[in-house]
Amino acid sequence: MATQTTVEFQDCKGNQIHENELYERLLIIVKSQRTVPGALIPVLQTAQNLFGYLPEKALRMVSKELKLPYSEVAGVVGFYSYFSTTPKGKHTVRVCLGTACYVRGGQEVLKAMTKELGISVGDTTPDRKFSLEVGRCFGACGLAPVVMVGDETFQRVSPSKVNDILNSFD
Amino acid sequence: MTTVYINKQPIEIEFGSTIFEAAAKAGIKIPTLCHVENQIPKGACRVCMVDVEGAKSMVASCTTPVSEGMKITTNSKNVREARKFVVELLLSEHCGECKTCTRNNDCELQSLALELGVMDITYEGEKLKSYIDDSTPSLVRDSGKCIKCRRCITVCNEIQGVGSLFAQGRGFESRVGPAFDQQLDGVTCVQCGQCAAICPVGAITEKEHIDFVWEAIEDPSKFVVVQTAPAIRAALGECFDYEPGTLVTGKMVSALRLLGFDRVFDTNFTADLTIMEEGTELLMRLKKALVDKQQVALPQFTSCSPGWIKYAEYFYPEFLDNISTCKSPQQMFGTVAKTYYAKKAGVDPKDIIVVSVMPCTAKKFEAQRPEMNDSGFQDVDYVLTTRELGRMIKQSGIDFRALKDDVMDSPMGSGSGAADIFANTGGVMEAAIRTAYEIVTGRELPLENLHLQPVIGLEGVKKASLLIEGCRPEWNFLEGVELKVGVAHGLGNARKIIEAMRGGEEFHFIEVMTCPGGCIGGGGQPRFTTNEIRLKRIQAIYQEDEGKLIRKSHANPEVQQIYEEFLEKPYSHLAHKLLHTKYNSRLN
Repeated sequence: MATQTTVEFQDCKGNQIHENELYERLLIIVKSQRTVPGALIPVLQTAQNLFGYLPEKALRMVSKELKLPYSEVAGVVGFYSYFSTTPKGKHTVRVCLGTACYVRGGQEVLKAMTKELGISVGDTTPDRKFSLEVGRCFGACGLAPVVMVGDETFQRVSPSKVNDILNSFD
Repeated sequence: MTTVYINKQPIEIEFGSTIFEAAAKAGIKIPTLCHVENQIPKGACRVCMVDVEGAKSMVASCTTPVSEGMKITTNSKNVREARKFVVELLLSEHCGECKTCTRNNDCELQSLALELGVMDITYEGEKLKSYIDDSTPSLVRDSGKCIKCRRCITVCNEIQGVGSLFAQGRGFESRVGPAFDQQLDGVTCVQCGQCAAICPVGAITEKEHIDFVWEAIEDPSKFVVVQTAPAIRAALGECFDYEPGTLVTGKMVSALRLLGFDRVFDTNFTADLTIMEEGTELLMRLKKALVDKQQVALPQFTSCSPGWIKYAEYFYPEFLDNISTCKSPQQMFGTVAKTYYAKKAGVDPKDIIVVSVMPCTAKKFEAQRPEMNDSGFQDVDYVLTTRELGRMIKQSGIDFRALKDDVMDSPMGSGSGAADIFANTGGVMEAAIRTAYEIVTGRELPLENLHLQPVIGLEGVKKASLLIEGCRPEWNFLEGVELKVGVAHGLGNARKIIEAMRGGEEFHFIEVMTCPGGCIGGGGQPRFTTNEIRLKRIQAIYQEDEGKLIRKSHANPEVQQIYEEFLEKPYSHLAHKLLHTKYNSRLN
């Protein structure tokens, strides 16, 4: 696992929140899911929503409390590209490379995004502002090529628009 | 029941069965690389494809349940080509060279390729990355050879309940291994080697000691002694195409002499010694609990199986005081070989090399545990699995089947029938009871019907209770006590019995063997082990026991001799120093 840097956490209102409190919240959630079959994936999603990524300590907690082997938890985390074990930037940029976006220039958009942010896919900018990911169809093929930043969708994106999109986020 | 037609032949089969099971019932062979007996099928390898009339496409027979009147074809051009195609694809990414693979001629993928007539790989593609994990003393994993059949995941998780291995990543990048690409020595692997025994290819194997052993044999300054565990004699024959369950004790001794060992001894000798020590320990624990009314850890667990010891150190450290302090027979042998025997034979113990032949991979780990050096040296130097011994015999050009029977050397070469049955699940328990009964009552057990029937066989958790009556005066406190014993084989079953204990069930003595069936089903035994083969080996071991004149550990004259000449009595100060050990929690 990648070494973890100090990460500051914020709640949904943008207030600073201490890491320990997040673990306390996670523990309550995991304990409530102990007897629920198939609880692993929803619990991991919750954990990722809490921390912004899946720190090792959280995964060990999930494994212990759900009584699932750590290897299985890691297997599920590694299977879904949605899950990340490295801290993410404040905003996650996802460039769609699904079929429709691909044929309409998604790859060019990604190249521009990579250049503009100065990072490769899967990485986070040093100021932890942006993380860059690739999406495989957001279900908005009519708007191709599509870029998502957080929950916001940008349609018919061309390489020249990339800069403006990024500048609209602080 | 329902009727299906396989290749037009009607077959009656229970509703809910799979096509694969129906075919097996009818004696129709469907190839598979991922199936594990009595486990939920994973459908991972896709080799068991069959045609079903009316189905959209071919189906994997292992995961498809039968339906009334289903018409199945297992042998048609379509089916044969589909299977061949699947195997070709597996081979196209398989990063291994058959000629130099340890599984050459013993590989399920290789023989299936031959069976299906794969003569050419049409698809030149990317090869898997070969990443070697040789971090543990027992096992080597090579990701390049892995075909991702997931059998190892099934045994590690479902059967052993260890959970060290799982599928990681996805697509072409997917691989089998511990969490986040850690090595096996960084996780809770107990090194039982059930993964190595069930792997269809060379992706998980034992760490070979063959070259070290050859080197020791060649070294004229070394006095090399070999011990063989009881389970070897009922399985080694399989390496030379004997039927499973063929006893080859005498030929094995001959072969070991021809390989060049200076002395050929028997782990059975120290299995008998284990019974003397462990039986005494149990009686002392019971005395402490019943007479002295002291706090004492009961039930007592057996300690012969190193995978179980490591499992308890990881998962149940709160029960470590319950585990007998006795070293395993392998380790007791190493210690007495380099003390008692060295003195007797006039050999400097620093020149003695102790080699064990074990049905087990975890024994390689056990031999190098830092506390296993009470003789002043590493007590056991090298450990060969049954498979490795088979390979050494082949390397030396010995015609095993033509060998004459020979007998082991004295004074550490004889074992009672009670020691033989250490190889079987329930065997250590039965051996202990044979001796404890005679010590406590002073009465001899009749040799007829000597077996403790309730602890025999392949049921996962077995229980028995024995009413103790007619005790000798010094054991009077046991009069009328109902001794409750439990037996578990396969670590998943060990967990069950411990959970039952936590739930309030009372036991005095529990035998745990790491591998299903006991040592006869060990991770170092000839591949491929099914329950049918386990039962045959178990039967062979009972046959070995029944053929012996001495069938109780305390009656073994060599055991009596070592106490007279060296150890004084069970649990003596010296016995405690040399034959007992301690365990450490690995929980963190």
